[in-house]
Amino acid sequence: MKDPVISVRDFRKTYGDFVAVDGISFEVQRGEIFGLLGPNGAGKTSTLESLEGLRAPDGGSLQVMGVNPARQSRKLRNVIGVQLQTSGLPDSIRVDEAMKFFSAYHRVAPRYDLLDRLGLAEKRRARYHQLSTGLQRRLALALAVAHDPPVLFLDEPTAGLDVPSPVELHNLMRELQAAGTTIILATHDMAEAEEMSNRVAILLRGKIAATGTPLELTATGAGLTKVSVRTKGSSLSDPAVTFPAVSQRVFKDEYAIYFSTDVGPTVSAIIAHVEAQEDTLIDLRVERPSLEDRFLEITRTEGTNTGGAQ
Amino acid sequence: MSAFVNHFSFEFRTGIRNKTLLLMNYLFPLGFYAMMGLVMAEINPDFVETMIPAMVVFAILAATMLGLPDPLVTAREAGIFRSYKINGVPAISILVIPALTTILHMVVVTVIITATAPLLFDAPLPVNWPGFVVTFLAMAFACAGLGLLIGVISPSSRMTVLWSQLIFLPSMLLGGMMLPYSLLPETVRRIAQLLPAIQAMNAFRGLAHGLTADFDPWGSLIVLLASGVLAFGLAIYLFNWDRRNTTQRGHPLLALLALLPYAVGMILL
Repeated sequence: MKDPVISVRDFRKTYGDFVAVDGISFEVQRGEIFGLLGPNGAGKTSTLESLEGLRAPDGGSLQVMGVNPARQSRKLRNVIGVQLQTSGLPDSIRVDEAMKFFSAYHRVAPRYDLLDRLGLAEKRRARYHQLSTGLQRRLALALAVAHDPPVLFLDEPTAGLDVPSPVELHNLMRELQAAGTTIILATHDMAEAEEMSNRVAILLRGKIAATGTPLELTATGAGLTKVSVRTKGSSLSDPAVTFPAVSQRVFKDEYAIYFSTDVGPTVSAIIAHVEAQEDTLIDLRVERPSLEDRFLEITRTEGTNTGGAQ
Repeated sequence: MSAFVNHFSFEFRTGIRNKTLLLMNYLFPLGFYAMMGLVMAEINPDFVETMIPAMVVFAILAATMLGLPDPLVTAREAGIFRSYKINGVPAISILVIPALTTILHMVVVTVIITATAPLLFDAPLPVNWPGFVVTFLAMAFACAGLGLLIGVISPSSRMTVLWSQLIFLPSMLLGGMMLPYSLLPETVRRIAQLLPAIQAMNAFRGLAHGLTADFDPWGSLIVLLASGVLAFGLAIYLFNWDRRNTTQRGHPLLALLALLPYAVGMILL
């Protein structure tokens, strides 16, 4: 049963003559991780910040847990947690002070355990300006979830984080999702969006260019599936041998690599051919197009359709 | 209540941790007080008569005009207010709590000046303590309001300095701290009445130190309080969370309304 936690209807945001968001609509269901993707200037941050009550919409309607973000800011604060892309804390505030400070405004007990969980245990007494960018973002995340909000907005959460940190962040996101938290994730990291999101919307020049699950999006594009095959013998080395739905073939590092528009018939035909030649299959890999491939395809197509504008 | 106490406690500590605020709240006024006590008392023995109110007024001006506005501007520019907003910190707390903690720092400095000036420089204590306290609070309230208003309307730290100095520098010259109001030329006296410092010095003379006020000291008190109310109200009205927020509730020039009571006082007092 559908249980929308966030509802966006014909949302429009302008800055003077510039239309940042041009009448978009989408819903996010309870417990979903919803990825908001798009290049710089696509309207992601305007959409997020309007949902967070930081900007007033110029048209349409926005609802977060039944709350109008532009008019009911006090109610909104207790139902959302936000890790902003650009925000700050006073230079002189200590990590544990920040937790106490914001927890008091949310009327909850400080969650010092989150500081430990996010690798800030040794930095509890450090001042904000003494933290690296990655640690500052971890602190922002700890503060965003400290009051256990049912809706969490993460704007580029892994930007500036060192290598192991995104893993911990993703684990935390999964735990929060399992506990029923709805997460809106705006990111440039397509691998992250593909791995973490139940559904994504791709924004381009203020409009939604595509929406669906990562699997749906990658399946619907014109992107070619890569089939890499390695055999013991030379059954695939004859350039005259062709397979159905293959548009391109290359040989690399003992692999025959086929780019297929319809992977099922291609793989069946390859296996049948290898067996018929009494050859032995050593390795066969099928790699579907990634969300990044699909994203690039959509941005290229949209760019062409609109005269190649940025 | 807990949130308010936490916020107040943090802001108060910031007033000491932050080197600029420590300078403006304590080091500059107390250093200036020591210097004036040593130098001015020698040059102008009459200065000692109003040394305590003059140094208190100076301390208030330094903390509120030079210390209070810039952290507001830099916090807005650094996105700190955005963090506050998304975590439910009300705008009124963002403005009122730093003003209150600044006033508390000024109370500490005032106690130090009042306790040491008679011992170190033979400065006379106030003869009417309630009058001294009320005048101190009225001046602190008026200047804290103006400091907040400057912080709210300034688009950058550079502009903050300009606006602050527009009040601070004339106050140093014409505010009755170094040179008594009675010695100023007639036209300059009128202009000086636009400054909170001259109103505070007049009220201190008439209501706290048993001296002859240059004009109605109660009028000065009313002017300070009215200006404070207007400045706080305008600061809250014109407050902007975010430099990127293009929606403004009023033009920054509305801030000039906070000087209206001084203009009325200039005509009536």
